[in-house]
Amino acid sequence: MSDTLIVDYGAGNTRSVRAAFARLGETTNLSAAPDAIERAPYVVLPGVGSARAAMEHLTETGAADALRERFRAGRPILGICLGLQLALEHSEEDGGVVTLGLLEGTVHRLTDGRVPRLGWASVSPWDQSFYFAHSYAARSNATIATADGVTAAVAAGSFLGVQFHPEKSGAAGERWLASCRSRV
Amino acid sequence: MPFPRLIPCLDVTAGRVVKGISFQQLRDVGDPVELAAAYSEGGADELVFLDITATLENARTMVEVVARVADVVSIPFTVGGGIRSADDAARLIEAGADRVSINSAAIARPLLITEIAHLFGSQAVVVAIDAGGGRVHSHGGTTAVGRDVVEWAREAAECGAGEILLTSIEQDGQRSGYDLALTTAVRDAVRVPVIASGGAGNAQHVVDALRVTDAALVASIVHDDPTQLPALRDAVQAAGIVLRPLPEVLT
Repeated sequence: MSDTLIVDYGAGNTRSVRAAFARLGETTNLSAAPDAIERAPYVVLPGVGSARAAMEHLTETGAADALRERFRAGRPILGICLGLQLALEHSEEDGGVVTLGLLEGTVHRLTDGRVPRLGWASVSPWDQSFYFAHSYAARSNATIATADGVTAAVAAGSFLGVQFHPEKSGAAGERWLASCRSRV
Repeated sequence: MPFPRLIPCLDVTAGRVVKGISFQQLRDVGDPVELAAAYSEGGADELVFLDITATLENARTMVEVVARVADVVSIPFTVGGGIRSADDAARLIEAGADRVSINSAAIARPLLITEIAHLFGSQAVVVAIDAGGGRVHSHGGTTAVGRDVVEWAREAAECGAGEILLTSIEQDGQRSGYDLALTTAVRDAVRVPVIASGGAGNAQHVVDALRVTDAALVASIVHDDPTQLPALRDAVQAAGIVLRPLPEVLT
C-alpha cells in the first residue's frame, strides 16, 4: 500500500500526526503537491497555524483545487482541527477567510467559557474523551458529533473531520485513528 | 467545559529529568521519554517540560528531547525555558511540542507573544508568570521587575497568550497549598485558561486549586514518580472534582 499523505501547508507541528500514524504501523509523506494529493490512498489535512495563512498556502501550491477534485471523486480525506474548519465554506478567523467549501457550514469564534478551549472533553454520541485545543468551531449541518455543545466531528461524502486531536488523545485517539483507517 | 487538567511538570537539563533543591544539588530522576510515557499511562492530561538551565547547548539538546517525546507520547505537551525568539519557539513546535511557554523574554518584549501566536495560533503560546508579593519576577524568579501580576497577565492575554501558567514563588516548594487568592485574581482578569502552580503538598491542595481554575501543575507532590499519579487522580476525584475518564486498558 502506498503512503498516507499529510498535506503540508507550511507551518507548525505535523510531526505529531506523522508519529501517530507511525505508531499504527503506517508510513506517511508530507507534501502539498497536487499529484501527490490525487494519488495517495488516504489524505490527512492536519491542524496547524491560522486559516488565512493555510488557505493562501493551499491555493498557491494548487493543493486547494486538488483537495476539491479528490473530494468530488469520492476519495477519503481526514481533516483534523483547522483541517476540519478549512473544509467548510467560510471562517471568521483573521477577519474572514473563504475556505475550501467541500462541506456546507461556517466557522465562528468560540464565545462560551475560556478561549482557547484547551483540554479533554467527552464526545457525544461516541462516549469517549479526546483532546481539544481551539478558539474557533464549526457550525454545519454535516455535524455528526459534539462535545459540550461544540462541533466535534463533521462528515459528508468522503470527508471526515474532527475538531479534536486524535494524535494527541492517548489510547482513545489511537484507537479512533485505527478504526477510522480500517473503514477506508 | 473541558475536564479540569492535572499537568505533571518535568525539569530537564542536558537531556535528563532532574530534581533539586538548588541548582547545585541536582539529582538525576530519569529519561524524559520514559517518564513522559509513564505519566501519560498514569492519567496525566498534559505535560510540561522545563529546560531549567537553558544554555545554548541545552536548547539544542531540548529540541532532540522534544522530537523523541513526540514520537512516543500521545498526549499534549508544553516546553519552556530559554525561549527568546519566534525562531526558538518554531524549532520546538516543529520538533513536536504542542505549545511553548515563555517568561522573561515576553516581559522584555511582549510582541514576542504576538509573533508566536500569529505563526502557530494562541493555543500554542503559554505565558509563564513567576509571582512574588503580587509582583512579576523574571529570570527564574530571581529578578523583581516591578509589575503587578494581574496587570501583566491581562496584557499577555491581550498580546495573544493562549494560557497563563501562574507560579507563586513564595508557595513553591512549601507544600502548604497553591496561592488561591492570586490564582483567582488572575483567573478573573483574563478569559484564557489559567494553570495554578507552586505549593501543592497534598491532594486537597490540588482540589482547592481546581475549584478556582482550569488546571494544576504538579511536581513534587507526585515525588517525580509517575506511579504516584493514579492515587492523586483518585483522591482528587473522591473530593468531587470530575477528571477525564481514562480509557479502559486493553490487554
